[in-house]
Amino acid sequence: MKRRTFFKYALPSVVMPALLGGFKINAFAGNPLLQNLLHADTNGRVLVVIQLAGGNDGLNTVIPIEFYGAYKNARSNIAIALEKILSLNGCNATGLNPAMAPLQQLFNQDRLAIVQAVSYPQPSFSHFRATDIWLTGEESNQVLNTGWMGRYLNRQYPDFPDHYPNSIMPDPLAIQIGSVVSTGLQGPAFPMGMAISNPDSFYNMLNEKPRQLSASPAQDQLDYIRQVAEKTDAYGDVIKAAAKKITRQSTKYDDNKKNPLSDQLKIVSRLIAGGLQTKIYMVSMGGFDNHAKQTDAADTSKGTHANQLQKLSEAIAAFMDDLALQQVADRVVGMTFSEFGRRIKSNASGGTDHGIAAPVFVFGQPVRSGIIGSNPTIPENATVNDNITMQHDFRAVYATLLEDWLAVKPSNIPDILQKDFASLPLIKKV
Amino acid sequence: MKVSYSMERKDFFKILLSKQDTKPGASPTTALTSTLKRYKGKWDEQAVVYFLKHTMFGAKPADVAFFKKKNLKNTVAVMLKDAAMPTTSPINNYASDKIEDEQVQLGSTWVNATNVNGKINYRRRNSYKQWWMGLMINQDRSITEKMVLFWHNHFATETNIAENPVYCYRYNLLLRQHALGNFKALAKAMTTDLCMLRYLNGYANTKKAPDENYGRELQELFTVGKGPGSHYTEADVKAAARVLTGYKIDNKIFTYSFEPNRHDESDKQFSAFYGNTIIKGRAGEDGAYELDDLIEMIFATDETARFICRKLYRFFVFYTIDDATEQEIIIPLSKILRKKNFEIKPVLQALLNSQHFFDMAFRGTTIKSPADFCVGLMREFNVALLPPGDMFAEYSMWEFVHNQASAMQQNIGDPPNVAGWPAYYQQPQYCKLWINSDTLPRRNQLTDRLLSYGFTAKNGSKINIDPIAYAMALPHPEDPDALISDSIQMLYTVPIADAEKSHIKSNILLSNLQGEAANHYWTNAWHTLIEKPDDAVNKKEVLNKLKNLYKYLLNRPEYQVY
Repeated sequence: MKRRTFFKYALPSVVMPALLGGFKINAFAGNPLLQNLLHADTNGRVLVVIQLAGGNDGLNTVIPIEFYGAYKNARSNIAIALEKILSLNGCNATGLNPAMAPLQQLFNQDRLAIVQAVSYPQPSFSHFRATDIWLTGEESNQVLNTGWMGRYLNRQYPDFPDHYPNSIMPDPLAIQIGSVVSTGLQGPAFPMGMAISNPDSFYNMLNEKPRQLSASPAQDQLDYIRQVAEKTDAYGDVIKAAAKKITRQSTKYDDNKKNPLSDQLKIVSRLIAGGLQTKIYMVSMGGFDNHAKQTDAADTSKGTHANQLQKLSEAIAAFMDDLALQQVADRVVGMTFSEFGRRIKSNASGGTDHGIAAPVFVFGQPVRSGIIGSNPTIPENATVNDNITMQHDFRAVYATLLEDWLAVKPSNIPDILQKDFASLPLIKKV
Repeated sequence: MKVSYSMERKDFFKILLSKQDTKPGASPTTALTSTLKRYKGKWDEQAVVYFLKHTMFGAKPADVAFFKKKNLKNTVAVMLKDAAMPTTSPINNYASDKIEDEQVQLGSTWVNATNVNGKINYRRRNSYKQWWMGLMINQDRSITEKMVLFWHNHFATETNIAENPVYCYRYNLLLRQHALGNFKALAKAMTTDLCMLRYLNGYANTKKAPDENYGRELQELFTVGKGPGSHYTEADVKAAARVLTGYKIDNKIFTYSFEPNRHDESDKQFSAFYGNTIIKGRAGEDGAYELDDLIEMIFATDETARFICRKLYRFFVFYTIDDATEQEIIIPLSKILRKKNFEIKPVLQALLNSQHFFDMAFRGTTIKSPADFCVGLMREFNVALLPPGDMFAEYSMWEFVHNQASAMQQNIGDPPNVAGWPAYYQQPQYCKLWINSDTLPRRNQLTDRLLSYGFTAKNGSKINIDPIAYAMALPHPEDPDALISDSIQMLYTVPIADAEKSHIKSNILLSNLQGEAANHYWTNAWHTLIEKPDDAVNKKEVLNKLKNLYKYLLNRPEYQVY
């Protein structure tokens, strides 16, 4: 309603009709902001990016059954037993870690794609450096001060944050669940997203309890400031309003505070379903830097790494279930990434050291199941120097999501990713 | 001075007064667990930081280190030493093609100039405020600057009403001269201060047409106050105004005079609150001595000493004064004040050395004033480092800080009215009044800005926070846990939970890596920074992480309080 009023008064000239945010409007051709927004996609599509911090061991996540002998040989102390590997419909040569049954199911239901061996030329083995490369989209020998998603949003929503929020984009461009806005969302001058510092304070904000004097005077002051801070956030009200609309969510989320990713995705789904037009959500989980004891010695299908994969799989599955329940599943695509994969050969302490390429998962109802690329080749007698060869540049994944999902014109991709990348067959053609 | 202006202000103030603190408030109170007995607790970093954030603008790491080596008693002694008067005075930093000052050259001080006009006065007042801001930022290890602000808020004047920048400057010197001196002497001197005479119409108070403005505020705001024990009457206001008749300002030579023919020579009868005192009317030049009689009478009440002690208490300790605090703290302090004939130092000495001052219940209960926030930020992060000698660059930086504090609702030199800033007196909110939906984002934007693109001073120097330099001065910047804990120790007076610290660590410093082993990724990056300072990529990693860390810490509510 409000939006209509805005257009009625602010944009009197009828020049060209366009659909924007679901409302038929008559756009004023001379308004550069609107002009640019018209180039933004209008279909409410959302991208959810899940960061797996620490460097996920891809080889024990997506297992090359095809080269099982060499695989087993390279990492006998942590290799998954052949009979426990989860099979994927139509792909006998590749399987999933036994802890990932929910993702196996998504794959078999045509909602999960696996991109094999993703990395970039001259890869870095440093967590910090590699993370920066993935978030900025920079070359290995280059330093960029903006994030890849920040550049995308800056293109679509020019001049942010001046004149934002506005009637056309009343919501945050991007939301990061975390204390600080990720480098990935950094724009040329400002972060293009907002951070919701932690789920707890977020839920407090939703509850709208009347302010009461706190137990101690110091606590009272801090609570007061916190409350003003929440109230003052330009987006506080729209977020609250969106969240309040959703009172029922999937029961598959782990509500025991044992799965932080599940907590984060639950908020994301709630905000999408509540009607936020936010384009990108970033969430993260840590715990993938497993240099030692990544599996139980007795049963390699259990242990630290398996627990992480299980949390990841369950969180994504609950999220997908919830999106369907909220009837927004056709609007959401998610991807996972980790700053690097791990070495082919395991080390003596039952872990793996920093490596190069690793698989990326892309999930969602609009996603075409399939394995993009081939199983990584594993030498018969792998040494500590052997790494998984890159098959896909990570920016090809980004380019695909920008182009085929977020509807960025192919000719604009180099603006965001510095050069062209061929699209991968990840998104179902409508 | 336009009389109508002050009438308006007065009306506004009446409204405020109805809400002003007259009795122990409904605000949260603490059971009194401490007295004015000497503090015997630890003199550790936490205590020093707490002490310095109260007595100076911010706790600068170098000052913390300096005072930690002393004990509390010696620290208080250093802080209460008479500070030297400023060695600089405000300069012409405004001359340009558009504005010419025929008496004062660019870069020279204007405080002895006699040429006045609206344009020049406006610019000189700005230069005065910037100069003052510079004194705050470059303060010595002394409580003086905090006390100058205290007295400015107490004997409040506004530069835009006093108008003449020389009067404003001299008013400032008067506050400094008495900052740690004698309250009674200051009250007397303030009565005939040019700035105050003009601000509260003392110069227009004649026997034919008495102007009650100063006579009223002298009692209501400067001395006996409106507390529960204050019972002066409207007749006392009128009588005081008559005592104070006869002063005149010579706006050509910037001086005041007492004109016997404008003075009311009749006797002045005061109420029972003042023991039915009669101030004998005096003729001729002797009429000026009636001021001494008036001051003596007012300072003979218990209430005057109590009133100023309450105000000091609210400024330095906590805004709520309940009955127990009144009995155990305020009244004993007021007795010291009277016993020492209104010398301020012994009161501060007793308060700052007391266990009550260090009572854990008060940690984090004061929301920083904008001056505390802005000046403290500059000092705590050593931001104000400019190549010495470039006065114009320095003034541009002081102007920046002054404007920031103004935008956050504390325009130093121009409080909202004669009562000072409401955050120092208005119950039940008190210092919460500093924080609202407009001012809090400004605080966050300032810290974010100084950690990103900064401020460009007039000579082109970049003014911003160097987080690497800050971390470098901490004992163990290579250890991410110590880096966070030590930073928090320096920046906050309230603790934060260990779980939150580890959340900050993995979220900000460790790119979400978890577990004990992850620490070494930070440690390695830090060591690389030290060993290979030219490794630009590594430096950027470290710098970005530290920027994020300090942005986050300075944005938290804990940095808004002390």
